Amino acid sequence: MTKGKLDWQMDEQQNGKAPLSLQNVHVSYATRRGKVQAVRNVTLDLHAGESLALIGESGSGKTTLGLAIVRLLPETAQIEPGAIFYRRNGREVDILKLDRNEMREFRWRDCAMVFQAALNAFNPVLKIWAQAWDTAKAHGWHDKEAVRQRLVELLEFVQLDPRRVIDAYPHELSGGMRQRVLLALSLLLNPQVLILDEPTTALDIITQRTIIKLLRKLKEEQGFTMIFISHDLAIAAELADRVATMYAGRIVELGASEDIFYRPRHPYTLGLIRAVPTVTGGFEQLFSIPGSPPDLIDLPTGCKFHPRCTFATDRCKVEEPELEEVGPGHTAACWHWQKVEEELRRNPLHRGVLSVLEAVSFNEEAVS
Amino acid sequence: MAPILEVRNLTKKFGKGKETVTAVDSVSFAIEPGETVCLVGESGCGKSTTGRMVAGLLEPTSGEVLFEGKNIKELDSAGFRRYRQSVQIIHQDPYASLNPTQTVRQILTAPLLRHNKVKNRAGAEARALELLEVVDLTPARDMIDKYPHQLSGGQRQRVAVARALTVEPKFIVADEAVSMVDVSIRVSILTMLSRLKEQFHVTFLFITHDLALAKYFAWEGRITVMYLGRIVEDGPTQRLITDPRHPYTQALLSAVPEADPELAHRKRQIELREAEIPSLLNLPSGCTFHPRCPYFVPGQCDRQVPALEPLDVGGRVACPVRKHEHVPLLV
Repeated sequence: MTKGKLDWQMDEQQNGKAPLSLQNVHVSYATRRGKVQAVRNVTLDLHAGESLALIGESGSGKTTLGLAIVRLLPETAQIEPGAIFYRRNGREVDILKLDRNEMREFRWRDCAMVFQAALNAFNPVLKIWAQAWDTAKAHGWHDKEAVRQRLVELLEFVQLDPRRVIDAYPHELSGGMRQRVLLALSLLLNPQVLILDEPTTALDIITQRTIIKLLRKLKEEQGFTMIFISHDLAIAAELADRVATMYAGRIVELGASEDIFYRPRHPYTLGLIRAVPTVTGGFEQLFSIPGSPPDLIDLPTGCKFHPRCTFATDRCKVEEPELEEVGPGHTAACWHWQKVEEELRRNPLHRGVLSVLEAVSFNEEAVS
Repeated sequence: MAPILEVRNLTKKFGKGKETVTAVDSVSFAIEPGETVCLVGESGCGKSTTGRMVAGLLEPTSGEVLFEGKNIKELDSAGFRRYRQSVQIIHQDPYASLNPTQTVRQILTAPLLRHNKVKNRAGAEARALELLEVVDLTPARDMIDKYPHQLSGGQRQRVAVARALTVEPKFIVADEAVSMVDVSIRVSILTMLSRLKEQFHVTFLFITHDLALAKYFAWEGRITVMYLGRIVEDGPTQRLITDPRHPYTQALLSAVPEADPELAHRKRQIELREAEIPSLLNLPSGCTFHPRCPYFVPGQCDRQVPALEPLDVGGRVACPVRKHEHVPLLV
């Protein structure tokens, strides 16, 4: 398994092309009220072996974008214009141009989607083994013994007891177990890219930690390339190398995890970070973002965030900013990103090391 | 000061015979007027059941709820009505807790008129508008004629708070009140609730599974941690989150995903002996955490139910084995 991944990373080093690249991707849904612009003009390179988090609130387009990559959007969705290039072993395809059969090949073998482990991610009348066998058969793998052996291996990898799980129905498993089974099933055909939609949402805290550890193992030991979709900033902080903030269907900021959390340059990213408390950090002054997310059918003019933005000027109401470089490997779509930088100099975030030190000094007082 | 609310050996069992589930097991605590207490724990720990018993929505199997020093079971009907008005509950799902066929006006004026809080319709309307201002649903005149489906989740939750305020409660149980609200809006609702503490002298019991929210909301207050129906630890928030003493509290705090990459990578990793939580139908003997606890002492932890004992650093802990040990959460 690992060797394939290494080849892939070497591919990227040699030809300088990312294994997955989204170019100018748009997704809209036709509804009675009008066209819902769920994803607008997303351009993004996913590098081999990296993990990227897509964060944003409900309606930001993050799940739609994930579904577009594996083309699992409902019939009413339109993906155009745009292209999604996938490169493996020197071949390059535009996912959006694949026919039904080619798409089936791509899905699960090249790129698997792991849904939130609600019960409806499974067929309720099939035992876990039958779910796996169905999947294998659908992808042309008919060696029952080999499939079973592979499933046992994977269940062990996700720290489940295969004897207990393989002949169980989905409802007999706990939420955390179901999430791990889904993860194991997604790895069945040895894909290169994993897209995980809200992988820990609705799970208990200790179970969340088990899943996070497992995902870190997949990333560090197996070199998987992963996209995490979550409304929970903590998932990004725990697992991502890079973070993309989405708002009203667009990526408004993209950068290394540390840049996004400690040096955000888009007012929306800053707003999100200032709205979320940590547990082990010291006291945090939190602020919410005024207003509510926009109506995707009737989007505001100019920058879509301007009605909620404290930095907005007249220009923001008219012109929509494009992503521009604000630091090495760090882009933001804001006319006033320098003002965000100034604001952070005046009112630092008190995150990272600083807050750790505060927590420790409190402790010493408490002990003495 | 005398506590505004006290529960003594509160126990709730559901079901019969072999199928009996003990959701809450001999829980005792007291809350002073003006204090903010957060009840935290994972699903199935009994936090919501406790909240519902405190609010009088569920009758305890045994044990007592005392409101302003009086056992609510011994109140006469007028006294019981006063108690039910004084203690209000805000539920998690504002989509389910508001009647979809009523406008905000109807939702707010009905209890005002029913409980004679105002003289007439005009008075009710004026009060409803005031309450909408209190919960930051402005302009109130535009909001009052809306139906719940015309409001966002956050706005609905504000209506639910305004409705609770119609009967001038002294005590509010907020059960996962912001869990379904978008991240960017959560803080403003919490800030609004905190303001009610000052403005109307409301005492809060805030129930949540989210430790970070509990820390933020009850920074000056207290946190009580429940596990499988029992309190395992409580204490002043700032002590509890920096110096937890119960192995379960430590496991919980170390497991919480942090919205900060540095903290996320510097967290102590506590390995539990068993990852899955036991079934409520078949609870372990002695300390119910013993099958998972990394500090399990055979012969002690599996035999005796540990009592909650006071700590010199503040609060109480139900673990005789580890109660003096400080375990830093960041390494």
